[in-house]
Amino acid sequence: MDNQYKIENQNNVIVYCEYEDGKVADVSLELLTKGRKLADKLGVKLEAIVIGDKLEGIENQLYPYGTDVVYKVEDNRLYPYTSNPHAAVLIKLFKMIQPQICLMGATCIGRDLGPRVSSALHSGLTADCTALEIGDHKDPKTGKEYTNLLYQIRPAFGGNIVATIVNPDCRPQMATVREGVMKKEILDPAYKGEVMPLDADFMIDPSEYVVKIIDRHIAKSKINIKGAPIIVAGGYGVGSKEGFDMLFELANVLGAEVGATRAAVDAGFAEHARQIGQTGVTVRPKLYIACGISGQIQHIAGMKESAIIISINSDPEAPINSIADYVITGNYEEIVPKLIKYYKKNSK
Amino acid sequence: MSLNIVVLAKQVPDTRNVGKDAMKEDGTINRAALPAIFNPEDLNALEQALRLKDAHPGSKVTILTMGLPRAAEVIREAMYRGADTGIVLTDRALGGADTLATSYSLAQAIKKMGKIDMMLCGRQAIDGDTAQVGPQVAEKLGLPQVTYAEEIMNIADGKATVRRRIESGVEVVEAPLPLVVTVNGSAPDCRPRNAKRVMQFKYAVSPSEKEKLSDELKALVDKRPGLNLQEWSAAFVEADPEQIGMPGSPTKVKAIENVVFTAKESLCLDNDDEQIENLVKTLLANHTIG
Repeated sequence: MDNQYKIENQNNVIVYCEYEDGKVADVSLELLTKGRKLADKLGVKLEAIVIGDKLEGIENQLYPYGTDVVYKVEDNRLYPYTSNPHAAVLIKLFKMIQPQICLMGATCIGRDLGPRVSSALHSGLTADCTALEIGDHKDPKTGKEYTNLLYQIRPAFGGNIVATIVNPDCRPQMATVREGVMKKEILDPAYKGEVMPLDADFMIDPSEYVVKIIDRHIAKSKINIKGAPIIVAGGYGVGSKEGFDMLFELANVLGAEVGATRAAVDAGFAEHARQIGQTGVTVRPKLYIACGISGQIQHIAGMKESAIIISINSDPEAPINSIADYVITGNYEEIVPKLIKYYKKNSK
Repeated sequence: MSLNIVVLAKQVPDTRNVGKDAMKEDGTINRAALPAIFNPEDLNALEQALRLKDAHPGSKVTILTMGLPRAAEVIREAMYRGADTGIVLTDRALGGADTLATSYSLAQAIKKMGKIDMMLCGRQAIDGDTAQVGPQVAEKLGLPQVTYAEEIMNIADGKATVRRRIESGVEVVEAPLPLVVTVNGSAPDCRPRNAKRVMQFKYAVSPSEKEKLSDELKALVDKRPGLNLQEWSAAFVEADPEQIGMPGSPTKVKAIENVVFTAKESLCLDNDDEQIENLVKTLLANHTIG
């Protein structure tokens, strides 16, 4: 088995795919979409790995995104996810197939798994990338030149700077990306790859099944910020949980979702699932109404691609105003009821 | 069963409340404008450690921090709240480390500490938000990990029961000791300083801090072993020079850019009924709403 893979499949781009209830996670499909583009640029294959239980037919969800090879490892102890056995599979497989790039979702799973794998392989891992590109690099000290490295672009320092990270000498070049940052796009509904089943007992030593899940309550969040066409978002300036009630009222009338900044979430005004920005969700609605949001970079990065932005702020100098299409200067408590009133009056 | 617990704590610049003066004209960080604080989720981890200490008398909580010598400040802060002692891992050779080189260095220090039952740390630090160091240290020590922990519910028969907060819900897991646990910000806040402990430990100092004390205070610190914090170097923890600092970091920063968003031409309105109604009408007419 070892040799076969070494010859056939080396140096490719691989995406670790997550799934729940038999459905591959959006973030994994987004990464396959990105991975396909990177693989094309490098002239290599796009591979996926799925580890879990009852994986019959799961490859059919992956092929349309341009996946050439799907590695599958099945065992009933591999679902739900625990760290050690999944890490053991990737460490062993990567030693066999030597991928040049590995992408994972910046999810609770990817952020648990990625560091463990990178530590074992001594490969660099960049968390929460917002862009991935292929490019060249010259080491400023040694003058050594590298071609076709993965540029891992990520915000740093609370979002005040954007850093381009490279891993010149270590493979795979590993990166995690948050859900919603990359676009999910089917390449070809009829695209076909091949499945490579890997034996779980061959890949995982029994001693790796060390953490036992004794209880699990998973509820699909009812909050769907990412897919909302209209978002009414509040910042620290909204002042209270009660203040957010008014935003919910406007959202209700407009058929919108309510979002929040990190500061508002930290202050307890809104749930974490509503957080928009680098450490929350990235959104691209057709309308974004920002209430009492000053516009820290880490928030703006997560909503700047909204088609139309309205900023309601009592401070005419609020940084967010510079990227807004409409700026309404005033107190949101007075302006939001007016928006509701005039919407009701004019919409019928 | 008494436990030997290590808590990783990081002194970080407070990036949450970055003002306009946080960046210099040339795009570099104005560190002077950012106060150094105890990484918030490391405080959540400390609270879990102190609860274990409360439940298992005789347990010891040691703070391990890597950074500049002044990081001894976080050890004192932790001692005011209930930690027993601390170690500053500090060395010029450790500078410029990425998460992997940092994890290796911390793991070497933990190995030097001897047998531990649990290592706790915050899920992530606010200056990097990577959440990598906890799992990487676990791997380097060959220990299992439980990340995103909200509560260590129980320790019995050499096993810990931990509740995790993950995106879509809650998981309760059981894992054998020794174990690495990273603690989520949704875990209970850390207890406040205890006034008696502040009095007791305000002169707890590292060797380099002790140097700067008056002779009188030096004598006081000498008399009370509990006031002597430790300072460890890379050589002391037997770190391989190839695996620490910049040389030991597989990731390299190729470029840093200041974030500039392209400003749009904004239409400015006042809090005026007619202007707001016109805006609503425009949005309805182009089918943005309705």
